[in-house]
Formats: sequence, C-alpha cells, structure tokens
Amino acid sequence: MKKVLMGNHAASYAVMLSRVQVISAYPITPQTQIVEELSEICADGRLNAKFLKVESEHSAMAAIIAAASTGVRTFTATSANGLALMHELLHWASGARLPLVMVNVNRAMAPGWSIWSEQTDSLAQRDTGWVQIYVEDNQEVLDSVLQAYRIAEQVRLPVMVCYDAFFLSHTYEPVDIPDQEIVDRYLPPYRPDLFLNPKDPRSFNALVMPDSYMEIRYKIQQAMDRVVTVAEQADREFDAIFGRSYGLTEAIDCDDADTVLITTCTTTSPARVVVKNLRAAGKKVGLLKLRMFRPFPVEALRRALRGKKKAVVVDRNISFGKGGIWADEIRGACAGVADMPQVFGYIAGLGGRDITLDTLREIVEEVETKSKPDSLLYWKGLKP
Amino acid sequence: MLEIRFHGRGGQGAVVASKIMACAAFKEGRYVQSFPNFGVERRGAPVEAFLRIDQDKILIRNNVYTPDHIVVLDHTLMEAIDPTKGLREGGWVLINTTKQPAEFPALAQHFRVATVDASAIAVKHRLGTPSSPIVNTAILGAMARVIGLAQIDHVCEAIKEEAPIKPDANAQAARDAYEQVLFAKD
Repeated sequence: MKKVLMGNHAASYAVMLSRVQVISAYPITPQTQIVEELSEICADGRLNAKFLKVESEHSAMAAIIAAASTGVRTFTATSANGLALMHELLHWASGARLPLVMVNVNRAMAPGWSIWSEQTDSLAQRDTGWVQIYVEDNQEVLDSVLQAYRIAEQVRLPVMVCYDAFFLSHTYEPVDIPDQEIVDRYLPPYRPDLFLNPKDPRSFNALVMPDSYMEIRYKIQQAMDRVVTVAEQADREFDAIFGRSYGLTEAIDCDDADTVLITTCTTTSPARVVVKNLRAAGKKVGLLKLRMFRPFPVEALRRALRGKKKAVVVDRNISFGKGGIWADEIRGACAGVADMPQVFGYIAGLGGRDITLDTLREIVEEVETKSKPDSLLYWKGLKP
Repeated sequence: MLEIRFHGRGGQGAVVASKIMACAAFKEGRYVQSFPNFGVERRGAPVEAFLRIDQDKILIRNNVYTPDHIVVLDHTLMEAIDPTKGLREGGWVLINTTKQPAEFPALAQHFRVATVDASAIAVKHRLGTPSSPIVNTAILGAMARVIGLAQIDHVCEAIKEEAPIKPDANAQAARDAYEQVLFAKD
C-alpha cells in the first residue's frame, strides 16, 4: 500500500513489519516521532512488543542489550547527543555480538544547540563495531530497516540505520508499505542458538584474559568482513521479493567520467539532478552514492574510481583537525592503489544548512579549475 | 513542478495543511513532497511549510525559495513578515482574512489575490477555540478552488483520513471555504 509518510514513520512501520519484540527508547528531536508512533502501534496491538520507557538513551541501549541477550528481536532510535550518551554501550552491543537495530536520525551535536541535520554524531561512532547504513529517501528508510535485521542476525553484529534530520525525518513523501506476509517471507523469526535461558544457564560477557580477548576482536573483524557479502545478498533477495534494491554503493554515469561526485544520504538526490544537467552540458561527470560506512565498501569504491582524474566528496560532517570524514575514509581506501583519482573534500550543509543544486554545481565547477587539491578540506557556503 | 509555501503561526496547522494537500494530490497520481521549515515549533510564532507536486519523483531537498503560490493562514503575517518573498510573478496569494481581494492593491500589481474568512469558518465548525481557531482545513478548501492542486472531493477525503479529530467538521469547513473564497476569476 502506498502512503504519504514522513521518514520517521517509515522507520516505525518497518519496525512493526519486522515483528520486533522489545523496543526501548528515550525521546529526542528529530527522532521522537519514530518511537511515539511505535508506542501507539504497540498500544493498539498492531505489534505484539514490549515497549520500555526509560530515563535516558544510555538506559534505552542497556535495556535492548539485555533484551536481545534473551534471544528476542529489538529496536531503539536516537539522535545526536542521545547517541553520544549511548557511546559506551555501543561497544557492549557489538562486543556481545547482539544483532540490535537502531535508527539514528543524524542531528548536529551541541553546543550551539541545534536540532538540524549533520552526520558527525553517528560517524563519530565509527569504531564501536556497528554496521552503519546511510539512506537517501523515505522508501529507503523503510527498506533499509528490514534489510538491517537480515544483516544483523546473519553476522551477529548491531546495525545502525542513519538518515538526515528533517530532510527525511519530517518530510512526507510517497512510501510503499509492504504487506506483512511478504515481509515475513523476507525476514524469518529470529532464532539465535545462544541466549540467556534459565533452563540452560550460561554466563555472558565475563572477564576475558589477555589470552583470548584478541581472538574475540579478530572474530568481530571477520564478521564485519562478511557484512559486504551478506548485505549484498540481503539486497538482492530484497529485490527479488519487493522489486527494489540499493546496493552498498550506486554508480551513476561513472564509466567514462573524468570527475566523480561522491555523496551520501539526501545530498545524493540533488546530486542526481546536477550530474544529469552537467552531462547534458557535455561534461564527463559521474556520481557515486555511498550507502555503507562500516564496513567501508572499499572494493566497490575502488572499482568506481579506477582511472578517474578527480573525486569530489561532499561531507555534511567534520572531524576537527582533519576534515570531512567520508573524504578521509575515501583517501584511505585509495592510498597506494594505482589509477586512483585526486580526492577533493568539501564541507557543506553543517547544522542543517541547505545543500541546493547550485551548491553542488558550484563545487564541481570549482574543482574543474584546480589540477590537484591544495587543502585537505574546502568549505562551501561559509558566510564571510 | 509546482512549489507552494504556507505561512502560519504555530498552532494554526500550516504543517498539517501542507501534508493533507500532499495526500490529496497523491490521490490524483502525483508525486509529492511536504515538509515544515525546520524550526522549533512555538505556539504563535511564524511558521512555514512547503509543498512540492510533480509528475516525477522529486529529488530537490532544500527549502522552497521561489514558490509558485503562497498560502497565508494568518493575515497579521502580511505586516509582520514578507510572505511574498521570492513568490513568482502571477502566483496566487491566498490569505485568511475578512478583507476582500481588492483591498490588497499593492499585491495585485505582481500577483493574484484570493481571500477567505477561514477563521470564521473554523469557529462555526468549532475547530480550535474562538480566540485561536484551527484554520488549516478551511484554507485547504479555498486552495482546491483557487489554486486547484487537487479536487475538493480528494481534499475532503484526505482531511478525513489525516485530521486527528473531528474529521467531518474539518471536511465541511473545507467545503464551506471552497464556496466562500473570494477571487477574481480568469
């Protein structure tokens, strides 16, 4: 059934359709509507789940870690400072190999107090062992949450689905809500072989001596390595059932391109228009959408960039003292590899500032005038 | 692609109006995008909401800066801010006011003006309170008549589906405004 939905409610419906069993959350703008709708859905019986109200995001994450340890499917959602408060427990979730799914609505960190869009909150959780997916529109929000459970439960790692505050969270657009029976075919019930069970007592997450800690870390890395294959397969099967797929990356007009614009989240949508217009004007420009941050889709990225002259990365985030976080990851993935392009990193749209067609076109035009980058980062749209 | 900007005050329902009109246009097979101007909502403060309608998927994600038409839910905003900023020449300015369109001669030099007493219609249907009526559904009826983004039947259907309370009273308010809106016919 197609309905005009805000991104946040697309997430709520996906959680309902995933037959999640325990939800715990603490409200924070711009995420609140996700769990508000879910509390209604739980209250009126459309979803048979336990909804736990808690006093902080730290407790919300602790609650679903505990719940998932008993072998049930769980969900939480947060943003910005709420995610930062969860930081310690994010490590607990991945270290315990629990397949949690969380939505993070990307919001700028305070101070100055901001409720608007920026990715620094979730990108700063890079090393917590969570799979991170960044999505472009409301349909992809719903679809990515369904895919997230498939991926998480197969590799036993938590997955974070991230999308832009307001540009998706509060924006209404048509979304196809699939029927429950079809989702059930895609997402079977979660049946872990190991969980807390009084009839089969075990101890989880005990002290680990130096003789085994490193092996546990090695296995987490191995699981992360599997994510690329598992996620691609989950996406192909999704396509077979729902007729939609996204890939971990999407390359548009890249084959004969000299310059490739690289974008994530909603920045990709206007970039599609800009690249089409530049192509029509005879410019050899392509577009690469990145959908996954951890694991970083290194192979797909290198394939798309091989032989190109310039890559132009637009980052709605910043790592102070270095620059755009996606640009930095891309430079790392290209380092020491033959035929990789020069990487130009642009910071734009921080704290929810609009990224328009002109913003992106001007960035590409500016890069055309430079033979190589003379700085790790350029600022776009900064007021004088 | 058509771009509409709604101007209201927090509590009048500008954001919901934009969403309901999106649902109505979607019923007619159009692609729609509706979103608030991303502010922290405060009762009584000026708020904006945006609506885009197109045949194809909408890929633009920024605010509406050059609307084709504007809808003003509170006439005091005409003096408090400039709702016509960026409005395209010849676009409609639909205002909730007791005044006649002819009482806005300055606007008429560049735009087409329509007026409707949506507050009185909302009060009549007991939407909100007499001092703070919720005028958004009435204004949608007037929009359907003047700007014609969706048929009034689809607008009323969308209102009944989306209005949090009093679906029938809200739909009837839209029908009343559809009949009562004042505008110079082309």
